Amino acid sequence: MLPCTGRIDESLLLKAFENGADGVMVVGCLEGDCHYVSGNIRARARVNRVYAILDKIKIGPDRIRMFNLSAGEGSKFAAYANEFVGKIRELGPSPINLVRAGQAHAVSQKETT
Amino acid sequence: MITGTPKPIEEILEMLEPYDNIILAGCHGCVTVCRVGGEKEVQVLASTLRLAREAAGRKINIREVSLERQCDPEYVEQMRPYVADHQAVLSIACGAGIQFLAEKFTMTPLLPGINTGFLGVTERQGEWSERCQGCGDCVLHLTGGICPVTRCAKSLFHGPCGGSVQGTCEVSKDVKCGWQLIIDRLKSLNQLENYGKLKPYKGWSTARDGGPRRILREDMI
Repeated sequence: MLPCTGRIDESLLLKAFENGADGVMVVGCLEGDCHYVSGNIRARARVNRVYAILDKIKIGPDRIRMFNLSAGEGSKFAAYANEFVGKIRELGPSPINLVRAGQAHAVSQKETT
Repeated sequence: MITGTPKPIEEILEMLEPYDNIILAGCHGCVTVCRVGGEKEVQVLASTLRLAREAAGRKINIREVSLERQCDPEYVEQMRPYVADHQAVLSIACGAGIQFLAEKFTMTPLLPGINTGFLGVTERQGEWSERCQGCGDCVLHLTGGICPVTRCAKSLFHGPCGGSVQGTCEVSKDVKCGWQLIIDRLKSLNQLENYGKLKPYKGWSTARDGGPRRILREDMI
């Protein structure tokens, strides 16, 4: 977990997908309310760039999304998290995880025979 | 700086089709400043390629490298110990850097990951524009610091042509007439007499017309 979305860059977000994430939810402070002035605005631009990359390489752009919340909006955070998890469940495992699962299945089949 | 733009990912994936084990080489020079070929871009492109290839069912091993400069031999040589362990090098430096790697590592295919642009300046984050064509015979002292070779679409040396309308070039409404800029600037500098000092013709022998150029500084050898 990162304490500030301003530290996020595209490679960190892509790494999450390489490491097996089916979806990545980026939660930043409310726009105009960043302690470092524009950290969350920069994060949104980076999320948008990763969105475009995921679309181009057919992983699915909807697997990444940015939300803006204040630290006092716990119930809203839970609602956003549930909404995003629901969306990812609907999309199913990422193509990377499908390939990995297929390979693992093939290996276990081979071992049992 | 030398500017560039990323190649479409589809084009890079097509180039990488025969390979499963490559080096992705960035450069800390100009391409880092214009955000197309630095260390950060190496990380993003490497992740993107690994994801795309694995999703397609064929993994690729990528060694991520960022050299101080790909246009200087001492930095290029840092790659020598491990280049032969890889099937190809994908470079996201400018065309000069990519060619220099190809010259040094003759047994390894070199692939370009960016399209090299021009010698230019940063207008603002994300916007660059051309300023110099390296003609080898600078006249900026006579033209108010505005280059007629680059800023005039026809590289004219005798003032604006008939296609200049209200300060705009006929090439596009977004392109200012280079000669209008020069004359306005000379007027404001009170140096309009410089307009008459320009050579009657421009010698292009120092430009690209003579083929690839070379600078030999005897005092430095």
